[in-house]
Amino acid sequence: MAGAEFETPELTEFIEVPKLVEGTMEHVTCFVAKPEHQEPLGFPGEKVENWKEVAIDKMGDLLSRYRSFQVFMDACVKCGSCTDKCHYYLGTKDPKNMPVGRQDLLRKVYRRYFTFAGKYFPKLVGAADLTDEVVDEWYSYFHQCSQCRRCSVFCPYGIDTAEISMAAREILDSIGVGQKYCNEIIGKVHKIGNNLGLPGPAIEDTLEGLEEDVYEEDEVAVKYPLDVKGADILLVTPSADFFAEPHVDGLIGYGKVFHEAGVSWTLSTKASEAGNFGMFIGSYENMRRVSLRIREAALELGVKRIVFGECGHAWRVAYSFLNTLAGPFDFLDPDYPVPQHICEFTLNEIEKGTLEFDKSENDDMSITFHDSCNVARATRMGDKPGGQFDIPREVIKAVVNNYHDMEWDTIHERTFCCGGGGGLLTDDLMEVRVKGAKPRMTAFKNVMEEKGVTHLAAICAICKSQFTKVFPYYGMDMFQIVSVHQLVSNAIVLNRKTPPEEAPGYGEDDDDE
Amino acid sequence: MSSVYALLFIVATLVLVLGLARKIVQYSRIPAPLKIPTTPAPVTRTGVVLRMIREVVLFESLFKSTKWTWIFSWMFHMGLFLVLVRHVRYFIDPVWLPIQLIQPFGKYAAFAMIAGLAGLLIRRIFVDRVRYISSPSDFLWLLLLLVIGLSGATMTFLVHTDVVAVKEFFTGFWTFSGGDLPMDPLLLVHLTLVAVLMLLLPFSKLLHIPGVFFSPTRNQVDNPREKRHLVEWARKLEES
Repeated sequence: MAGAEFETPELTEFIEVPKLVEGTMEHVTCFVAKPEHQEPLGFPGEKVENWKEVAIDKMGDLLSRYRSFQVFMDACVKCGSCTDKCHYYLGTKDPKNMPVGRQDLLRKVYRRYFTFAGKYFPKLVGAADLTDEVVDEWYSYFHQCSQCRRCSVFCPYGIDTAEISMAAREILDSIGVGQKYCNEIIGKVHKIGNNLGLPGPAIEDTLEGLEEDVYEEDEVAVKYPLDVKGADILLVTPSADFFAEPHVDGLIGYGKVFHEAGVSWTLSTKASEAGNFGMFIGSYENMRRVSLRIREAALELGVKRIVFGECGHAWRVAYSFLNTLAGPFDFLDPDYPVPQHICEFTLNEIEKGTLEFDKSENDDMSITFHDSCNVARATRMGDKPGGQFDIPREVIKAVVNNYHDMEWDTIHERTFCCGGGGGLLTDDLMEVRVKGAKPRMTAFKNVMEEKGVTHLAAICAICKSQFTKVFPYYGMDMFQIVSVHQLVSNAIVLNRKTPPEEAPGYGEDDDDE
Repeated sequence: MSSVYALLFIVATLVLVLGLARKIVQYSRIPAPLKIPTTPAPVTRTGVVLRMIREVVLFESLFKSTKWTWIFSWMFHMGLFLVLVRHVRYFIDPVWLPIQLIQPFGKYAAFAMIAGLAGLLIRRIFVDRVRYISSPSDFLWLLLLLVIGLSGATMTFLVHTDVVAVKEFFTGFWTFSGGDLPMDPLLLVHLTLVAVLMLLLPFSKLLHIPGVFFSPTRNQVDNPREKRHLVEWARKLEES
C-alpha cells in the first residue's frame, strides 16, 4: 500500500535486462477514487453490484468504438519484442510490467468472453474468467503504466500498451473503481479550470509576482497578462508553471520570449491548464470536456493563435487530439498551426533574428535533453517528422554553450519515460516512480560521468516534478532538472526597454521614488 | 479417402476465406477516433504506404528491437512466402512463368523456414521473458508449422511423393473430380496439418496477418493539425 518501504535500485553501468521475478510489484496500489471524485466525471461512485456484467459490456463497447483496441487484442503473437522495453519492467523485474504481460491481463479476459478459442479452450490460449482478483490485478498493474508508448515503437504490429491501459482504466471507471489521483484532478479542471485547483485571483497574484521579479532583475517590464481580450496569442500552459520549481522559470522564459518578439499574448483563467488527464483514464468524453475549455477561452478572448507551454502529455492532446476534440479552429489565424508549441514559437523567432542571447549566462551548466515520452512518440513539432527531437535541441543549443546528448538508444523515439507519466505522479505510487526512473537515471548518470553534464532539461511538467522528487533517491540533486525556457530566460537579452510607468507597482507607493 | 480430403479442403478454404473476410470487415468497420500514429510518422499517404511496406516486408520495428527474433522470424516468414508461391504450381496448369522461375528458390526456402521456426521455438523455451508470456497454443503453432515444413521438405528432397497425382487432385478438388490422392503418410500428415492451420487461422493470433494493416499506430498519417479527424460516434457527441 501507499508509502511502503522499498529499496531504490542500484544504478549499473549499462541498462541491463533483468531476469524476471514474479510478483515484485503485486503489492502496489494507489488510492481509489471516492464517490465525489467519480460522479462529476460521469462514473458510478462505488463498485457496482453487477460489476462483472458492466465490465464485459464496457469492454465490448470499447472494442466496437476503438479499432486500436480490437486489433491490438487480436494481433499479438507473443514474440517477446516488447518484453525488455518498458522502464517499469527494467526497474522492477515484475513480468506483469512487461508490455505484453500487462496487455495479457486484459487480453486473457478478452479471449475468454469475446473469442471462440477462449470460450471453448481457455487453458490452451491463456484465457481466464473475470474475477475480483483479476480486477485487483488490473487496478494495480494498469496504474504501473505511464502510457509512454516505448513498447509501440518496437512492436511489429505497433501494439501500443498505452491504448490498452486507457481501455482498462475506462473499464475500471465504468464499474466504479477509479483512481483518486486522476479523477480528483479532472474534477478540479471541470470545476475550476486547472489541475491544481488554483482560482483566478491566485493566478493573477502569481503573475504579478513574476512581473516584479523580472523587473527587479532586468529593469524591464515584462508582462504576464491574464484574461486580456483581444490579445493575439493565448498561451495554455500546465498549472505547475504558476508556482513549482523549475516550471515557473520556464513560464518566466515564455514571457520574455513574447516580450522580445513584440507580440501581444495572454493567459486565461478558464484555460489555465494545458494538461488533460482525461487521456490518462481513456475517457474521450472527459478529455473532450477539458479540451473545450480551451476553445471557449480562445473564442471569449478573441485571440488569433494558441500556443502551448512545456508539457508532454498536454502536447499530445494538443497536437494530436485538440483539432478532433474541440475543432475546427477556423476562427484562428490560418497562417499558424493550431496549436503551436512554445519551442516552435521560440525557434521561429530565433530564426527570424528577433532574439538576442548571451549564452555565457548558462555557462555554469552543462546540459542534456530528456525527450519526454509523449512528445517524442505521439506528436511532432515543425513540418518534418522528428521535428519534436530537433526543435527543442536547437532552442537549447541557441542559448547554452555546453550540450551533450545521452546514449542514442535512450533518446529520440527510444527515449525512456521519466517514470511518473500517465497518471502515476502521486506519492502513493512512489515505489513505481522511483524504480521506473532507473533506465533514465542510468543514462543521465552516464552522460554526467562521461561528458561532465550537470543538468537535465525537459519540456514536460510531469517530467520536471518527477525528476525533482526522484533525483535524490539516486543520489542526485533535485535542482539538476531545468526547464528549456528557463535556459532561454537565463540567456535572453532584453533589448525592448520599457518606459518606467510600465514597471510593476508604478505609482503605488510614491515614498520609494 | 480422397473425397474426405477434398471435403476437408473445401471446408478449410471456406473457413479461412470467410473467417478472414469477417475479421477484415470487422476491422475496417470499427472507427479509429483519434490520431495515434507512433511518431515520428509519415506526413503523407505515400509515406504511410512506404512505412507499411517496410513493416510488412522487412519487419522494421522488430529489427529495431531484437536482432535474434528479427532474424528467425524474417527467415521463417520469407521462407514461408517463397514456399507458398512455389506451391501455386500445384493448383494451375500451365504453370505461370514467375512461378516457374521461383521454383528453385521456393524449394530451398523451406530450409530458411524450418531454421527460423526452430530458432523461434528455442527462443520461446529458453528466454525467460518469452517463456513467461507463452500459452500452450504459442508452442503448438510453432510445432504445427515445423511439422508442416519438415514433412514438406522431406517430400521435396528425400522421399518424393507422386506430385503429378497431387496436382491432379488439387486442380479438381472443388468438384470432387481431381482423382485420387496418393496414400502417402508424409503427404497425408502434411495436408492434414495444413488444413488444420487453415481452419484455425481466423480464430487465432495468426490474425496478425490482417491486423498489421489495420494498426492505427502504423497506418495513420501524421497530420492532425492540418486536417480535422472526426469519426461518426464522435460527431454525434458534438450534436448532443
